[in-house]
Order: sequence, then structure tokens, then C-alpha cells
Amino acid sequence: MLSSIIPQPLARLPWKLIVLVLLIGSFGIAHLYSAAGGSVQPWALRQGLIFFTLLLAAIGISYVPESWVKGLTPVAYVTVLLMLLAVEFVGFVGMGAQRWIDLGFMKLQPSEFMKPVIVLMLARFYELLPTGDIRRWRAIWPAALLIGLPVGLTLIQPDLGTALALAFGGVVVMFLAGLPWWLFAGGLAATAAALPIAISFLHEYQQRRILIFLEPEADPLGAGYNLTQSKIAIGSGGLWGKGYMNGSQSHLQYLPEGHTDFAFSAIVEEWGLVGGVALILAFAGVILWGMRVARRAQTRFAQLAAAGLTMTIFFYVCINLMMVMGLAPVVGIPLPLVSFGGSAVMTVMLMIGLLIAFDRQAKTAERARRAGLRG
Amino acid sequence: MAKPPKKPARFTEAQRDEAFSRRSLLVGGIQTVLGGALIARLGYLSISQNQYYQTMAEDNRVQMIIVPPRRGWLVDRNGKPIAINRSDFRVDMIADQVPEGQVEVTLKKAAALLDLDPDQVERISTELATKSGYQPVQLAENVAYENYAAVTVRLPDLEGVLPQRGFSRYYPAGSAVGHLVGYVGIANREEYVAEDKNPLLVTPGFKIGKEGLEEVLEPQLRGQPGGQRVELTARGKLVRELEPKPDRSGNTVRLAIDVDLQEYAARRLGLESGAVVVIDVPTGDILCLASMPAYDPNSFSDGIGRTEWKLLSENERRPLVNKTVNSLYPPGSCLKPMNTLAFQAAGIDPDERVHCNGGYQLGRRFFRCLKRHGSMNMRDAIMKSCNTYFYAMAHRTGYDVVAEMARKLTLGMKYDLPLVSQSYGTIPDSEWKLRKYDQRWTAADSLNASIGQGYVILNPLQLAVHTARIASGRAILPRLIGVHADSAPPLDIPEEHLAVTRQGMWQVVNAAGTAGTARVPVEGVEVAGKTGTSQVRGLQYGDGKNVPWKYKDHGHFVCYAPFDQPRYAMAVTVEHGGTSGAATPIARDVMTFLFDREKAMEQLVAYEEQWGGSLAEREAAFQRRVLELAQANAAARAASDETA
Repeated sequence: MLSSIIPQPLARLPWKLIVLVLLIGSFGIAHLYSAAGGSVQPWALRQGLIFFTLLLAAIGISYVPESWVKGLTPVAYVTVLLMLLAVEFVGFVGMGAQRWIDLGFMKLQPSEFMKPVIVLMLARFYELLPTGDIRRWRAIWPAALLIGLPVGLTLIQPDLGTALALAFGGVVVMFLAGLPWWLFAGGLAATAAALPIAISFLHEYQQRRILIFLEPEADPLGAGYNLTQSKIAIGSGGLWGKGYMNGSQSHLQYLPEGHTDFAFSAIVEEWGLVGGVALILAFAGVILWGMRVARRAQTRFAQLAAAGLTMTIFFYVCINLMMVMGLAPVVGIPLPLVSFGGSAVMTVMLMIGLLIAFDRQAKTAERARRAGLRG
Repeated sequence: MAKPPKKPARFTEAQRDEAFSRRSLLVGGIQTVLGGALIARLGYLSISQNQYYQTMAEDNRVQMIIVPPRRGWLVDRNGKPIAINRSDFRVDMIADQVPEGQVEVTLKKAAALLDLDPDQVERISTELATKSGYQPVQLAENVAYENYAAVTVRLPDLEGVLPQRGFSRYYPAGSAVGHLVGYVGIANREEYVAEDKNPLLVTPGFKIGKEGLEEVLEPQLRGQPGGQRVELTARGKLVRELEPKPDRSGNTVRLAIDVDLQEYAARRLGLESGAVVVIDVPTGDILCLASMPAYDPNSFSDGIGRTEWKLLSENERRPLVNKTVNSLYPPGSCLKPMNTLAFQAAGIDPDERVHCNGGYQLGRRFFRCLKRHGSMNMRDAIMKSCNTYFYAMAHRTGYDVVAEMARKLTLGMKYDLPLVSQSYGTIPDSEWKLRKYDQRWTAADSLNASIGQGYVILNPLQLAVHTARIASGRAILPRLIGVHADSAPPLDIPEEHLAVTRQGMWQVVNAAGTAGTARVPVEGVEVAGKTGTSQVRGLQYGDGKNVPWKYKDHGHFVCYAPFDQPRYAMAVTVEHGGTSGAATPIARDVMTFLFDREKAMEQLVAYEEQWGGSLAEREAAFQRRVLELAQANAAARAASDETA
């Protein structure tokens, strides 16, 4: 057996997941090298360093016992919430939105951290809630508050994409926790009804993005430009793509943000349908793995948290891909592990580290059970 | 009080776990569906829409810098150039090549070197701001060598400025061919829209035909534009040059015109306002289509100045009108030979005599002749241009038979010629009058029409073609493009009728006729012709001679030569020449040129000394005057701007 040669801690790592993450990450780094015109500067090298460092960190996180995670969750929630408040006052104004705290050595985007933390917080809440109370009001209003505060603060920034992601992560945990169906059906209906009103409250550029998504060719050089160029990049790639480093759309800068939000379009341009499908399948693998961790989890907390985290990753991937392929409005959500940007990688790696931790927990318990059975 | 219904059972852990697994399965299902949808969408975009998006990507990537094709030449029947391209210097600018934020500075520097005025600089500046994708904007064309050199040596400081060799249209014969060839110019908005916004039309250095043959022959002359294909970034920066697409020059078009003859005729018209048309009798080739005074197409092709336009359009001699086809005149007695053919066809014996006692009594009205000619037969009536004879005979036959003959000789007809427009005039008859004025045709109308007055109006080209038909007896039609050898089929006019008419025309020049001055000083060449004088206003305003220029009678002369073997037919019209005597010497000299160039040139040089220089010299003097006036106007405007 292989496990007899390889040291046990190494053998027990979830290699399937790590290979998938490595595949996705390498795809991203290789793409950043191409997007910079065949240079490790300014993106590929930085992203590579961040990626591998954080991958190691994620594996490190996976050794943190679940009890610690549970204990730290409320602390982390309050801290990040305070940081979100802080960006309102000392936030750095960039990209037309207040999103960062400049710490000098790096720009911190607290809303990023909120993504895993909100899921953990809700999982913790439903773990503490007695099972019998799950169909009561007291199962709903604290959760609503826990979600509402950070979502509201992110909306003010304004960062619609992140706000939506936070709300989604929280609501998914509520759903999986077993809250009554009518709550979600009603919520969905209410959202649909409130959408036109909500849109009128959006910033003008956000409104335009939504309208343009419905008909990008109406203004191909104006607001619909990003989307049109993204579709051109994807569509012109064909089955096998134009070849690595040969994407005219990204290399000649017709495709804006080819290294961040529209990385997928640029990748498909060069790698074609084959590359695009491979990337999507790799993400699907990660998500399947995450959902399996959730199903196998031994504790309520791990169960809900693993599912919530996985769903958040799914949400990111799905919205980003829908956006670049013209199925959703341009909301400025990066593609996890592929798009350039330290903050985003950090969040996703944190989630993956937590998922591995839950996995390890489940496996350890399983081993203990088997050992108990044998012994 | 009834017992409240039993509360639902408390939510148990088992239920909770079941709910979780059911719901996580649902979530997984949704994920799978969405994942499938994403892959389907990806496949749709990159496989079924691949062709479309590939084109779009290519459109993004590759831009074509249009290289205007060289315009085809116009050459005369002997291959001598009428319109050619002269290489000149031009300076363009590509905003996308200028370093960021330096456009205005660079433009200012270049403008100083090229002596551009502030208005031009402003125009260029807006054009630079609106043109994207590596498209050049013209700074100046036809640049003097010194300015061109000044730009060239400072090129390192002028990134984005492109000194180039360009081509400008050149017409060696100048205004002598003005109306014939027209001119070229920068396409205007309507022309641009009419061609579906063809980008070639707004390419610097490209010009399209604006008038005359340049306009009509545009499809042949234009050629196919070439292009430098370049790969550009979204910001318009050049990545690399791809394989260029070569341009194809326009076709050379050979005209029937003899440009030497055309130039001679134009010069020979001198200070007069008029037209000379020469037709090659056997084939109908138009050898000369001269109309004077005319604009200089060279000057127009560089862009028409306001001052020049004003001077030309206000000139009472109408230099902007092509008098060979766009000006109509009562032909006067020029049509008398045609009348005699009609009379013979109506059965009148050419030897029948009519006594002229100075006019013809029609009812209570007396139609005057110019003299008391006495007894006149048909030939003599032509020779002497005796109105009485024609009054009498037209009264007998009626004018409808004459009109039929006139049409047989193409009078009143619109020719199939590459001309921008033709005014083709009127040959009246009873039906026409009924239609137009709702009135019956009267005998008086016949009498007036018989001497080429009244309702009859024609253009000089028609007079020349009708003369060629009389001279040849063939159904020739005028042709402007190409040199021909074929001859037209004969007309259904008996040769003996033609002989009588031709005899009369011979007598006009060579016997005691009205055009003795038209005899050419060339051995063995006899001219046959007919004079015509047409009234501009009724005789009550004077005799058409000692009156201001614009009230003077028009002088016409139609002729052909040699009499025994007709080769050339001609019509000369001198507007307000007073009498046909203004036209006959011109016809004589132009005819002389066709047989003996040297002799004709000697004659011309002598005249031009009296007129204040040759046509080219007078044109140059005119251009100097235009320039002086323009400068004076500009100075006046500047002064009023300052006071304002």
C-alpha cells in the first residue's frame, strides 16, 4: 500500500481536493502570465506566491480543532463587523466604492473575510439553538440580524456583488438548518416583487449594468462594452481556443479586466471550449467534495458550515461565469482562485482550509468509531 | 370552550437530519443544473456562435488604413493627357500615434511649419478628436516643398505627423477643358451618405468627381482602394503591420475629343462668350466640345475659394455654364438647310421660285425679310438666307413636316452621352403647342419657326450633329468616349435632296452668300455652312447691334468641310455676338486648324495679342485678381473683427 511508504499526516491530506485546487490555481497563474503579455510581472509572480503561501496556510488551518473554530467564530464575526464599520469612516476610496482599509503594507477588504465568517456564525447559531426551536421565530430573527448587519454595511459601501454573496451564504445556512419552507418561498416572492423598487435605489452605473445585461448590443461601445467584448473573447475561442498567449481580445486590451473579473473569458479565448469546460469541471469537483464533507460531518456546526462555505464558493463561481457569458448582470465578482487579487484568494483558501478541517474531523471520528468497533 | 387543536409535534433531531439531507440534495441538484447550463452556454458561444464572434474579434483586432487609389487618366483620341495626376506633398496626422496628451502641442507645432490658419487648425483639432482607430487626418495637401522639408527635418519632435507623397489632379489644358471634364473635390456629406458612408470618401487625399466627365465617369476612374492592414490594441496603438492590400488605379478613359483642337477652339473664342462643337462626320465622335469662358478645373480641384466662386457666378458671361449642352438658343437661320430638306420631302421643286420683295404677307401681318432678294430658288434662298422663301414654303407645307425632318436630324433630342445634364430644347409642332399652351398651331407659328425663331430653341451640340447628318446623309450620333471607326447607317433622305441642300450651303460660303469670311485658307478645302442670327429681344428694343452686350443678338454658324468629302462638322455660337459675323471667323480658324495647324496658330497668336495675352496668361491674371481680392476681403474681415 502507498500509505505504508508515505508518512501518515501527508497521506491523510485530501489529495483529490488539493489536486483540483492546484489545477485551478495553476490555470489562473498561467493565465496571468499570458495576460501580462508573457511576463511574470506584474501579476503571475505575486499571485503564485500568494496562492502557494495561502494553500499551505489552508492546510495549516485544517489542523485547527473544530472547537477552536467554534470559539473563535463570534469573535471573528464582531471583529469583521467592526472593520466593516471602519471602512465607512477611514475607508480608502477606490474603484468608485469604499472597500478597503489601507494598512500600509496591504489593503484590507473586510467584506471578503465576512464571507466565511457569516457562514460560520450562522452555523454556530443554529448549532446552539435547541432543535425544537427551529420552527419558531427565535430561529429566524437573530439569524436575520446576523445576516442583515454585514449585508447592509456592504451595500452602503457600495458593493452589490459582495452583499449578495453574503446574503446568499447566510440564507443557504438558514435553509439547510431546516427553517420552514414557506419562509424561503415567501422570501423569494418578496424579493421578486421588491426587485424593481430595489433597482431604483441602485447607483446609476449599477442600474445601467443590469439594463445592459438584458441587451448588451444596444450600446456596444458604452456600458455594454465589457460584456460584448467578453462574449467575443469566449465565442472567438472555438473548440480548442486560439492557443496559449495568442488571445487577441485580452492581449490587445479589447477585453477589459482580463486578469480579474473577466479572467474566464480570456482563458476560454486561449484554451477554447475544452479549457473552459475543464475549468468548470474542476470547480464542480471542488464543490462536490465540499458537499460531501457537509453530508459526512459529525457535528451540526460542521455540517452547516461546510455546506454554507461550499455554497459560497459555488455562488462565486456561478455568478462570475454567468456574468462573463452574459447570463447575469456585470456585478464585479471575481472567479475564485483564478482572478488576480490577494484578498479573494485569501478568502477562498480560508474556506478551503476550514473544509479540510471539517473533513479531517469527520475522518478522525470515523477512524475512532471503527477503532472502537474493532477494539 | 373547545380544546385547542393539538400542536404539531416538536421538531426532532431525526427530522432535522432528514431535512438537511433532503435539502442538501436539492441544493446539489440545483448546482448540477446550473453547472450544466453554464457548460451549455459556453458551448453555444464558442461552437455555434464561433463564426460570428471570430469575425467580431478580427474586426476588433485589424484595422485598415485606406490607401486611396490613383485616379484613372482622361486622355484624348490621340492619347494626349487631358486629366492626369501630379505627385505632390501632403502632411497627415494620426492622433493615436501621438504620445498621450501631446496632440494639441504637436498640432500647433506642425501648423506653424505648414502656415495653417487658425480656422484650419480648429477644424483639424476637432477631426483629430473624433477619428479613432489609427485613421489619419489631413493637415495639408499640395504643400510647398519648403514647408514639407521643414516638417520632415523636425519629424523626431512631431510623432504622429506623417509627411507623405500624394497626388493631385492636373488638367494641362486648364479652363479649355473645364466644362468638359468638370473637376474633383473632397466628398461632401451627401456624397458620403449616398455611398453608405464608404470610409474611402473621408480618407485624406481622396477626391471624387464633382462635375462633367469626372463625375459621370467616377466608377471607371476611381479604382480600388488599397490598404495597410494593421493590428491595433483597443487604445489604437500599433502592434504590427500585416500584409498590405495593394490598391488598383482607376482605368484610363480615352475620349473622342482632340484636346489640341479643343484647346485651340477655347482660345479662339477669346473674349467672347460662346461654344464650339466639332463632330467627326463619318463616326459622330465629338472632337471638340468647347465652352467659354470657363472655370479652371485645376483651381477648382484644389478647393474652390469663396472669392473665386463669387467672381465666376456673378460674371454675366456665365463661366459656370457649359454652353455646348446646357445653354439653349434660338438657332435662327441655321436651320434653313434642314427646312429645305423638309420642303423637298413635301414635294417642293427646288427650282421653284419665290419672289422676295422684302417680306411675306400673311393675312394682315407682314413678316419681314432682311432685304429685297428678288426671285429666289431653294439654293439661292439658303445662300442669301432669304426669309421670304422660307415663309412662303413653310406656309405651304405647314411646320409639322419640318418638325419631323428636324427630329430626323436629332434636333430637340437628348443624346445618350456621359454628361451630367443636357438641356435639349424644343422643336415645336402643332401637337406640342396644343399640349403645352392648349392652343392651335397657327400659320404665323410656322413662319416664325421656319427661320429658327419663335418656339425653336436648341443647344450648339444639336446644331453640330444636325450639320453632320446633312453632310453625311447618315444617322450619326455624337459619341464622347473612345475612338470609333464604324459608320452609321444612311438616313432615309434621297441623295438628290441632300445635294440641293448641300449646294445651297456651299454657296453660302463660296458664292455670293452670307459667310464669305468662313472660307479657309487651305488649298483644296471648301467649306459649306449656314449662318444664323437669333434675336435676344424683339426688334422694338433696337436692332440687336447697337445695344448693351446682353441685349445683342446671338451669332451662330454651322458648317462642314471639305465640301466634297465631309470630315468635320461644326457649330459655333457666340452669345450676344451681334451678328453671325462674330461666329464665322471663329469657325473658319477652327476649321483651318483641322487642316493646317501652323497657319491656324499664326492667326490665333495675332488675335491673342489684342486680347491681352493667351488663355493661360489671362487665366493666371484672373487667379492673381482672385488672390488679391481674397486677401483684401480677409484683411477687411480682420479689421472689422478687431473693431467689433
